Amino acid sequence: MSFSGLSKVISNEKTGPQQFLIVLHSPELTKQAKPGQFVHVRVNGLSDPLLRRPISLHEIDYASGNVSLLYQVVGKGTELLSGVPAGAEVDVMGPLGNGFWIPEGVKRVLVVGGGIGNAPLLPLVKELKDRGVEQTVLLGGRTVDYVAGLEGFKSVGVTVETATDDGSLGRKGFVTQLAEDIFTLDKPDYFFACGPEPMLKQLIITADKYGISGQVSLEERMGCAVGACLACVCKIKVKTDEAGWDYKKVCVDGPVFEASEVVFDV
Amino acid sequence: MSNLEINLGGLKMKNPVTTASGTFGFGPEYAPYIDLNQLGAIVVKGTTLEPRKGNATPRIAETPSGILNCIGLQNPGVDYFIEKSLPYLKEYDTPVIVNISGNSVEDYAEITRRLSQADGVGALEVNISCPNVKQGGMVFGTSCTAAADVIRVVREYTTLPLIAKLSPNVTNIVEIAQAVVEAGADALALINTLLGMTIDIHKRKPVLGNIMGGLSGPAIRPVAVRMVWQVAQAVDKPILGMGGIMNADDAIEFILAGATAVAVGTANFVNPRATMDVLEGIKQYMEKYGVNDINDLVGAAWK
Ligand SMILES: Cc1cc2nc3c(=O)[nH]c(=O)nc-3n(C[C@H](O)[C@H](O)[C@H](O)COP(=O)(O)OP(=O)(O)OC[C@H]3O[C@@H](n4cnc5c(N)ncnc54)[C@H](O)[C@@H]3O)c2cc1C
Ligand SMILES: Cc1cc2nc3c(=O)[nH]c(=O)nc-3n(C[C@H](O)[C@H](O)[C@H](O)COP(=O)(O)O)c2cc1C
Ligand code: FES
Repeated sequence: MSFSGLSKVISNEKTGPQQFLIVLHSPELTKQAKPGQFVHVRVNGLSDPLLRRPISLHEIDYASGNVSLLYQVVGKGTELLSGVPAGAEVDVMGPLGNGFWIPEGVKRVLVVGGGIGNAPLLPLVKELKDRGVEQTVLLGGRTVDYVAGLEGFKSVGVTVETATDDGSLGRKGFVTQLAEDIFTLDKPDYFFACGPEPMLKQLIITADKYGISGQVSLEERMGCAVGACLACVCKIKVKTDEAGWDYKKVCVDGPVFEASEVVFDV
Repeated sequence: MSNLEINLGGLKMKNPVTTASGTFGFGPEYAPYIDLNQLGAIVVKGTTLEPRKGNATPRIAETPSGILNCIGLQNPGVDYFIEKSLPYLKEYDTPVIVNISGNSVEDYAEITRRLSQADGVGALEVNISCPNVKQGGMVFGTSCTAAADVIRVVREYTTLPLIAKLSPNVTNIVEIAQAVVEAGADALALINTLLGMTIDIHKRKPVLGNIMGGLSGPAIRPVAVRMVWQVAQAVDKPILGMGGIMNADDAIEFILAGATAVAVGTANFVNPRATMDVLEGIKQYMEKYGVNDINDLVGAAWK
């Protein structure tokens, strides 16, 4: 049974320019949660803003029943969320979506994140570590301030490399260039990625060149987040379809899709 | 125990609360959140003769107390619905209202024929009011003759209760309502979404993939209440009222304006238990004011 209801805010703190980490105590939700899933958050009880906001699970702590969300303030909804004080309650639905899956036999993986897209990768990185899968984590951002969640990734004790557009942290340039270096030097068997669409698109092209498959987590505007409204669709390759693709729902068929199946509009 | 049972143009419902087409999928989507048996009826997503992919994204945009959508009737087609969705829905003790759309009068006729032969359809809601598809949809619903033509043809092919879903994007909703009743509609559903749009001022482009979309949610409620009020007084057929119902108070407003049943739409996105909250609230209201029969409230604001 999916959880939907009030969850207590343990803390809600600024972690960067326009970036916040909210910790929610929600045992029912937490116990069902998997890496790559998200929650649908109602930022206030009013009719404006009307819709909930989809935000990924950044940390899942089964022992305490807490989950955390790492979010960037980009508009009205996230702005309101950033103002919710510790001790208050927030209405959340979840966990939602399919989450990442770790294919059988995968031994060495590359995990690639860009900006706030790093957020859902942390629980995945932890799970990969627990399962003894070797991994390299590449995190990108506009500047050092936008490499979301960096400290959390470092504390897992895996190799983390960074790239920023302005060179303020790590390599100057795109994280996809870092990825290409790794594909040539030390070919992984699989990759996982989340980030802005141009990054995902480039990464998929590059990975394909080296014959490496993987998974990407997508974003789309949502209404219901349960598969009922068909607002959140993306194009996914379907062999039986005349056009070769069909719309799938990011909220229930995703947000994680097989990288080679995603059709990006040009 | 007070009576909540109503009759929507021949469809008996155990209570007046149903779902607005397109906001509730085909049922299973909300089953983890509510008991579908508690609903008065389930109205499913708009179904067409052939499968449809729908419009490009973005398909949804938030506006003050409302949303604009341009889904474009994405659906797997009527045959898939009959084979895959109906068997699931039949397991519940809740009648199924199938919302249908077409590009031509012939489409409406054929889809009606197929659904009338299927087992487990409680009623048809004929969408002549979708603002999001180029052909069909709203063009039928904004002209009295075209609206009546569709209903007349559908009527020929079915004995199921026939609910005509009206578009608010008209100058005179009463005329359309009268025309479809004349053509054989057993009940009226109103309102569908109001045509609108919004522009991203930073990108200097419309937000929606389809440029325009249908406005729903609390923003449209006063328009919907007004239309239910007008139509209820002009025609002698039951009304399924909808448009921005978020809670029981809103639903009761529609009933007092003249709606026999109510549909919860956009509110499901905000609160997945909205239908149950509405039902519970209606019961409490009846208890508070000593109302024994929900039917006594229908149109009570003008009767
Ligand atoms: C599956 C999923 C997981 C996400 N995880 C995170 C996360 O972990 N951290 C984080 O900071 N952000 C995440 N996002 C993006 C986040 O949902 C948006 O930034 C947020 O909805 C913006 O709301 P707003 O009111 O501040 O912005 P506004 O621009 O005012 O929002 C207007 C409308 O557009 C929608 N919207 C705007 N941007 C996006 C977007 N990128 N994706 C989907 N809908 C959008 C809003 O939900 C709202 O309905 C995720 C999105 C999805 C789909
Ligand atoms: C995402 C979405 C999809 C819809 N799809 C349909 C549809 O397929 N057929 C239809 O007749 N109405 C459709 N509608 C209109 C609703 O059934 C309803 O008439 C309208 O949204 C007003 O009610 P509300 O404000 O409670 O949502 C849709 C509305 C939304 C928001
Ligand atoms: S958000 Fe409604 S179907 Fe995905």
